[in-house]
Amino acid sequence: MTQRLVVIGNGMAGARTVEEILARNGDFTITMFGDEPYGNYNRIMLSNLLAGVEDEAGIFLNDLSWYADNNITLHAGVRIEKIDRSNKIVIADDGTKTPYDKLIIATGSSSWTPPIKNIHNPKRGFHQGVFAFRTLDDTRGMIRYARDHERAVVIGGGLLGLEAARGLQNHVSEVTLLHAMGHLMERQLDERAGHMLQASVENKLGIEVVTNAMTTEILGKDRVTGVKLADGREIPCDVVVIAAGIRPNTQMVADSGLPVERGIVVDDQMRVQGQEDIYSVGECAQHRGNLYGLVAPLWDQAKVLADHITGRDVSAAYTGSKLSTKLKVAGIDVASMGLIAPENDDDEVIIYNEPKKGVYKQLIIRDGVLAGAILVGDNRKAANLIQAFDRAQALPEERAEMLFDIGAPAGEVAPADMPDDAQVCNCNGVSKGAICGVVNAGCKTVSGVMDKTRAGKGCGTCKPLVQRIVEWAAGGEAEEDPAASWYVPGVPMPKPELMAAIRKYELKSVSSVFEKLVPGGEHDAKSKMGLASLLKMMWADQYVDERDARFINDRVHGNIQKDGTFSVVPQMKGGVTTPAELKRIAEVAEKYQVPMVKLTGGQRIDLLGIPKEQLPAIWADLDIPSGYAYAKSFRTVKTCVGSDFCRFGVGDSTALGIAIEERYQGLEGPGKMKLAVTGCPRNCAEAYVKDLGVVAIDGGKWEIYVGGAAGAHIRKGDLLTTVDSAEEVIQLTGRFLQYYRENANWLERTYSFVPRIGIERIREIVVEDSDGIAAALDAAVEEAVQAYKDPWKERAVPATPGQFRTSLPLTVLPQVPVRA
Amino acid sequence: MILGPVSDIPFGEGRTYAVGGDMIAVFRLRDGSLRAVSAVCPHKGGPLADGQIDNKVVVCPLHLYAWDLATGCSQSGQPSINVYPVRADGDQIILGD
Ligand code: SRM
Ligand SMILES: Cc1cc2nc3c(=O)[nH]c(=O)nc-3n(C[C@H](O)[C@H](O)[C@H](O)COP(=O)(O)OP(=O)(O)OC[C@H]3O[C@@H](n4cnc5c(N)ncnc54)[C@H](O)[C@@H]3O)c2cc1C
Ligand code: SF4
Ligand code: FES
Repeated sequence: MTQRLVVIGNGMAGARTVEEILARNGDFTITMFGDEPYGNYNRIMLSNLLAGVEDEAGIFLNDLSWYADNNITLHAGVRIEKIDRSNKIVIADDGTKTPYDKLIIATGSSSWTPPIKNIHNPKRGFHQGVFAFRTLDDTRGMIRYARDHERAVVIGGGLLGLEAARGLQNHVSEVTLLHAMGHLMERQLDERAGHMLQASVENKLGIEVVTNAMTTEILGKDRVTGVKLADGREIPCDVVVIAAGIRPNTQMVADSGLPVERGIVVDDQMRVQGQEDIYSVGECAQHRGNLYGLVAPLWDQAKVLADHITGRDVSAAYTGSKLSTKLKVAGIDVASMGLIAPENDDDEVIIYNEPKKGVYKQLIIRDGVLAGAILVGDNRKAANLIQAFDRAQALPEERAEMLFDIGAPAGEVAPADMPDDAQVCNCNGVSKGAICGVVNAGCKTVSGVMDKTRAGKGCGTCKPLVQRIVEWAAGGEAEEDPAASWYVPGVPMPKPELMAAIRKYELKSVSSVFEKLVPGGEHDAKSKMGLASLLKMMWADQYVDERDARFINDRVHGNIQKDGTFSVVPQMKGGVTTPAELKRIAEVAEKYQVPMVKLTGGQRIDLLGIPKEQLPAIWADLDIPSGYAYAKSFRTVKTCVGSDFCRFGVGDSTALGIAIEERYQGLEGPGKMKLAVTGCPRNCAEAYVKDLGVVAIDGGKWEIYVGGAAGAHIRKGDLLTTVDSAEEVIQLTGRFLQYYRENANWLERTYSFVPRIGIERIREIVVEDSDGIAAALDAAVEEAVQAYKDPWKERAVPATPGQFRTSLPLTVLPQVPVRA
Repeated sequence: MILGPVSDIPFGEGRTYAVGGDMIAVFRLRDGSLRAVSAVCPHKGGPLADGQIDNKVVVCPLHLYAWDLATGCSQSGQPSINVYPVRADGDQIILGD
């Protein structure tokens, strides 16, 4: 049988509950009473209406036709005065009586007026010029009045007061915000965050804020001329807006004999305590002792109520809500959720505070889940935090990731949401569609797809996205690539086994490795360079050097350019040069008409665009050793001027950098090794972001950082240790580099290697010698140092026939021998 | 057509020869056999003779795409390269049949 449902209150909760009931096909004839003479509008948007960023038409949720379409009888502008429970009727202020089978009370709240002398006018409610901020009528009145006035005072420094103050700036020239407490938004923010917010509101918005301001009196006879504070101060103004809090509308309900404490007392089904047929929802309801002043909880309440009242799920229960808020003021980021201060001794509190920028972030973590968070000045992480808080999600081990986007690619996009032509690899221009095409053609391993498309083979930052797309295109999971653990793609062994086999069979050339260790003895072009590097490291001067195993750069000791020419970067240890050296470089550049002379990011001079056949002559004229700017090897040691010249220098970084470069020059490895030594923690040589960086600190000490990066990946190095002398730095540098050479994967830079092994473990091995291999590492690196030969000496006699013969006449005409 | 002595090309490497108006890269595999292909990479003009090879493919030194030395087919969706008949006659490289 169709029941009569009556709803008192046509606000956000009442209307939403009716929507939920309709969505469940509830069998009711519905009658709604609303004190306000409108359909249902979005109260939250009143702030935007006041601020002028939304118009009235934009804030209505359900217009009158919605009620008609759903057979809802709406009595707009009609107030219920009494609930007659024994007769099951509600009595309205127009005298009508409406019977109900089920009743929902959703009367919401009214704005609360603090006891201030002269605030009311017996004839017209508030004194002229004084407004509350709760309804559309309030807002309209405020806008109309403020238009021809100058100075506004807002009483109340919570969310609402701040939004009112900001909105009023749209209408008057001066706004002052008075707050009775010590800091703004004290319910959502701790003291420090509140002060930070105040500074932003004052400096960025130009709203004057007065805290600890008790307003005691409204001044002005016929209309407002100012307000008076408890300390006697008077603030002249012609508009006053009260945003000092809300009080639930419960008087009528209490008068009707229903249980009311701070709010209308409801159970977990949103039924009024002890009542079979009466429910309450929204700001007027008190559930488990809590009242809510935000909309999110009432959405949850509405669902439970609807489930219960329609019989869809009579055991549906509302168990309370976790609150999170955001301030809706453009340019002022504030978000808050849960606890604002720790409560237990073992609550984990994480604070980031940057007053100058007005940024403050606080997290409170309890039992591994987020129990509270405050963000001021930077809301970028708010969505993630609210989600983590709401769902009690597991938190990242690296807590800082919750506060900042650290070196990670911007927000994770879902492959499904990406258009086919979205560029995934920005180095090699590979689209999502191209990746999917390869997967659909049957290649379902990440490395296979990377090989086929070259996606992820540039700077490497897109690799995680490539992986996700392959997984998605393969229908969930990518196939395991057995080769993923191999050192090089053509020899089926991880590095330790490969090295053991090489040692066991004494394999000293790349072709012997293929012939002995690859089933079928097949050679693989893409494995040659990695094997050459490994064998050179393992055998030093016993290595049998097959030139074809080298990449072109290492065959001719220059970096190949886009047009097939090469670059020449002479060694310039520690970035220090001499006038004589500069003259020689200048003369060479002139003599060979070098297309470009450039200072590099590695503190030396690059001569670019040299044809291959000119390389030997240029080296001879330069007569400077190679700077190895082309190899997977020890590159440069950047230095700063240090204690010799700099007024802050506390260590001779220049001398130490030169000494390190002198000793370890040319050392080949699985990846590039770039170092720096800097004379004090101001870090002008960028030592914190180097494969190995040395920082002089006061007291004659040196800090050694490893695993830093500032290329395609950004990472601050981990502090390996602090030592007392330059000699120790040199020794530990060699030991660390040797450990890296022996254990890193091919092309694995230290920024991946160090976190993979773990800095503690590396420290144990390299500094504390817990494995007892320090002496062996030192000896191995010493052997490599002794085997060093300047490759640019290889110029008088070519190492192979036609070593420097041009391979393409890209800019000049053929100079290759033509024998017909 | 004789291009020159085989010993001009080290094992496992390639050298470029200008033949008429064409540039041809000739490789001497580690098993001793020869391969000849167009010298210019169809991707962005890289010098294929400077690339690394095994007994099957050449890898361009610029962006590391690979082509089959026998068929000229790309292994990664690039246009194919020309292949030319080439052999050693005694000590000489002979281009053509
Ligand atoms: C010349 C120089 C740019 C310049 O004009 O300043 C340069 C040029 C090249 N860099 Fe670099 N890098 C140069 C300093 C850097 C630096 C800064 C530094 O060394 O202090 C970095 C960041 C530090 C680092 O290494 O991470 C840097 C990070 C890279 C990367 C990214 C490596 C990574 O894993 O993050 C690559 C790509 C790679 O290694 O695969 C790269 C690769 C290249 C190559 C070799 C690309 C290539 O394979 O052909 C460029 C050669 C251009 C050419 O035609 O000669 N270059 N490159 C710099 C030479 C410095 C020197 O004197 O040796
Ligand atoms: C300016 C402003 C900005 C806000 N911003 C946010 C925000 O950003 N985020 C957020 O979560 N919340 C915000 N809120 C709070 C949010 O609007 C309220 O939590 C929400 O409106 C509560 O819904 P309700 O239905 O319980 O009460 P209301 O929306 O107030 O609805 C109650 C309705 O019942 C009527 N009524 C009362 N008594 C009777 C009676 N006896 N007979 C008939 N009708 C009656 C009232 O006139 C009113 O229309 C904001 C509030 C304001 C004023
Ligand atoms: S020099 Fe470095 S950053 Fe510049 S284009 Fe080349 S690789 Fe990229
Ligand atoms: S030019 Fe040869 S791969 Fe790009």
